[in-house]
Amino acid sequence: MSLLKVTIDGKTIEVEPGKTILQAARQIGPDVAPPAMCYYTKLKTSGGYCRTCLVKVTKGSEKDPRPMPKLVASCRTTVMDGMEVQNYSSDEVVEARKGVVEFLLINHPLDCPICDQAGECHLQDLSYENGRSKSRYEFKRRTFEKIDIGEKIQLHMTRCILCYRCVKVADQLTPGRVHGVINRGEVAEISTYIQNAVDNEFSGNMIDVCPVGALTDKTFRFKSRVWFLKPVDAHRDCDQCSGKAVVWKYGNEIYRVTGRKDQWGEVDEWICNTCRFEKKSPSDWVEEGPRKINRHSVIAQNHYGSKTRFVASPESLPQKQLS
Amino acid sequence: MGRKLLLTHDHVEGIQGYTAYRANGGYRSVEKALKKMTPDEVVEEVKKSGLRGRGGAGFPTGMKWSFLAKPDGVPRYLVCNADESEPGTFKDRYLMERIPHILIEGMITSSYALGANTSYIYIRGEYFYVARILENAIAEAYANGWLGKNILGTGYNLDLYVQVGGGAYICGEETALLESLEGKRGNPRIKPPFPAVAGLYGCPTVVNNVETIAAVVPIVNDGGDEYAKIGIGRSTGTKLISASGNINKPGVYEIELGVPVEEFIFSDEYCGGIANGKRMKACVPGGSSVPILPDYLVCKTAAGEDRLMTYESLSDGGFVSGSMLGSGGFIVYDEHQCIVRNTWNFSRFYHHESCGQCSPCREGTGWMERVLHRLEKGEGNMSDIDLLVDVAKKIEGNTICPLGDAAAWPVAAAIRHFRHEFEYHVLHPDKIKDPKHGHREPIMPVKPEPVTA
Ligand SMILES: Cc1cc2nc3c(=O)[nH]c(=O)nc-3n(C[C@H](O)[C@H](O)[C@H](O)COP(=O)(O)O)c2cc1C
Ligand code: SF4
Ligand code: SF4
Ligand code: FES
Repeated sequence: MSLLKVTIDGKTIEVEPGKTILQAARQIGPDVAPPAMCYYTKLKTSGGYCRTCLVKVTKGSEKDPRPMPKLVASCRTTVMDGMEVQNYSSDEVVEARKGVVEFLLINHPLDCPICDQAGECHLQDLSYENGRSKSRYEFKRRTFEKIDIGEKIQLHMTRCILCYRCVKVADQLTPGRVHGVINRGEVAEISTYIQNAVDNEFSGNMIDVCPVGALTDKTFRFKSRVWFLKPVDAHRDCDQCSGKAVVWKYGNEIYRVTGRKDQWGEVDEWICNTCRFEKKSPSDWVEEGPRKINRHSVIAQNHYGSKTRFVASPESLPQKQLS
Repeated sequence: MGRKLLLTHDHVEGIQGYTAYRANGGYRSVEKALKKMTPDEVVEEVKKSGLRGRGGAGFPTGMKWSFLAKPDGVPRYLVCNADESEPGTFKDRYLMERIPHILIEGMITSSYALGANTSYIYIRGEYFYVARILENAIAEAYANGWLGKNILGTGYNLDLYVQVGGGAYICGEETALLESLEGKRGNPRIKPPFPAVAGLYGCPTVVNNVETIAAVVPIVNDGGDEYAKIGIGRSTGTKLISASGNINKPGVYEIELGVPVEEFIFSDEYCGGIANGKRMKACVPGGSSVPILPDYLVCKTAAGEDRLMTYESLSDGGFVSGSMLGSGGFIVYDEHQCIVRNTWNFSRFYHHESCGQCSPCREGTGWMERVLHRLEKGEGNMSDIDLLVDVAKKIEGNTICPLGDAAAWPVAAAIRHFRHEFEYHVLHPDKIKDPKHGHREPIMPVKPEPVTA
């Protein structure tokens, strides 16, 4: 099959047919890759919801060079041969994205100081990089009661940005789905049919896919800030999953276990709940060595206000903070 | 008198029932299509007719039908959109209530043209009693051999079902409708794929409005060319208009496309002029989603030409000085009405009806509503007006489905043409506290002075 040529912010790359603009942009690199809050490579039909990845298609294809009339979600738009796309180089895109970030934040509690996700929250990163400094929203923010969904997971709906990732996890990884969206519009919420009903060996992956602090690990909550912990690649023999995980340590103690995330914040392989919640003893794991950190958290990198794009290079992470 | 094609027998006694409907020429189009025409010939007539979708977007129906994918061994579906929930629009209800068999007849003829053997009418929950009327009509059609197996001995089979929705405006958006019909949450799908390729249960599907499907009946009976003789340019045939607001004769009118707006509002054949001898202040010509027009742009375009009831003429001037025919929900406001209040009212609707899937619409509709409410109560600031314009702009075009645009346009248009009235609300909070303040001190639109060089 012949490759398709696509140019994004002046950089050209050839990709396989069927790739989306977002995937092509990620192949080029962080400088042109749009931020993505709802798309998740491993989850089918994800993407399209948050609209942070909007880009401008200035040329549809070689065959039909007409520009697309509206900005498109790069995560859901497939590349055509000869397509030309503007991301950061278009003022219109930057302005629209600023709008999206503002929308995502108007009802967000901004309780970062007490949120377990702080330091690895995509919304935090997104707003540093693409937002405006002051919200123009002057009304009461919406709030929800915290609920426990299952023994190990807590849902803090007030922080949710309705990216639908956890819904796709429930749909695609766990049989007999009990987790979904109820109500509509502004008061739509993630819920389970019956509280406590998320009880499945792979439900814990919801925590990893959640871009904000809406779904958190109850076995870890408030134990520590992530930036005080040292992530170590480790594995164990598991009959349910690959057993490849990251253990987050303070001294010799394991504080939490997560999947291994790539440069874009997406896990390489799903892990089961036994590995995630039950195996907290150093003897449970074979350590492989310090995690090559590919996380892009601005906070973890002391990058407040810097002009770096959404994703910073892995090397720039100050290791001393983590050890 | 304009010609009528859908409401011809509106006042015939018993037309709701099968006997009277049949006695007045009902089901002829089914006989003609099934016995004398191939499905493609029916599609061809619809193409020739120039019929455009009556659900709001005005997409050419024949073209939509010809896009339907036809892979072997895969069923195809026709789905009728009877979700009619756009504020100001009530023509489908009128048609289904008065002459239900014309929709059933249109469904049979259209299903035949598309090669569908199972078809659905998806109707909004609040029209429950209308669903009963349709179910009775369907039962009568089965009993008389127009539905079921081997219809008229031609070997064509069709089953027709009515599905009642839960009462959400968003389920009128065609892909949300399909989700809902499949028994899922009514969230619009991300397109592509389009329903013509992957619609109901992943199969090729056509979704058409009630009126569109009913119009297939006269098109097949009289021929597409005959239908296309009515109207002007690319606006052919007749259109049902739901007329409401401060007019003497609100109701549903079947008009020939091309009637001047002025005639529609002021002649006794239609709306009969503004009620109680007042002046017209504004008009929303196509349902709550389309831009509002100030009095001086209703009957004339910005260029001073007569505005006509056509797709093209109503949108003449684009968003600067035009609007849209939309679903034909024609709302007229007299001099005493408050545009700020009206805009808030519309905005409240979209806020309530957003499905919440995409961030700009989920968060932006509520934001606009709250700012508008504050302005309406006299608690707003001057900067709120530009804030609204900006929020509307950030929603428009950036969402999954057109509900985002539908929420943004009315706000943007109201401020474009009635900014002084929003300012008045900021400057005179004491005066506007009373929702009927317009009765004491009417605020009329201000026509901008023409710019002379
Ligand atoms: C939010 C929203 C609501 C809609 N509601 C309706 C409706 O109630 N009835 C309808 O016929 N079309 C409605 N539409 C338009 C449909 O998506 C679709 O275009 C139409 O049913 C196609 O039929 P037509 O080509 O015969 O007009 C709506 C669209 C949107 C975006
Ligand atoms: S809980 Fe998290 S993963 Fe689920 S929809 Fe909300 S933000 Fe997304
Ligand atoms: S635009 Fe509004 S109604 Fe449409 S998909 Fe997005 S949130 Fe739902
Ligand atoms: S990442 Fe593309 S819309 Fe959310």
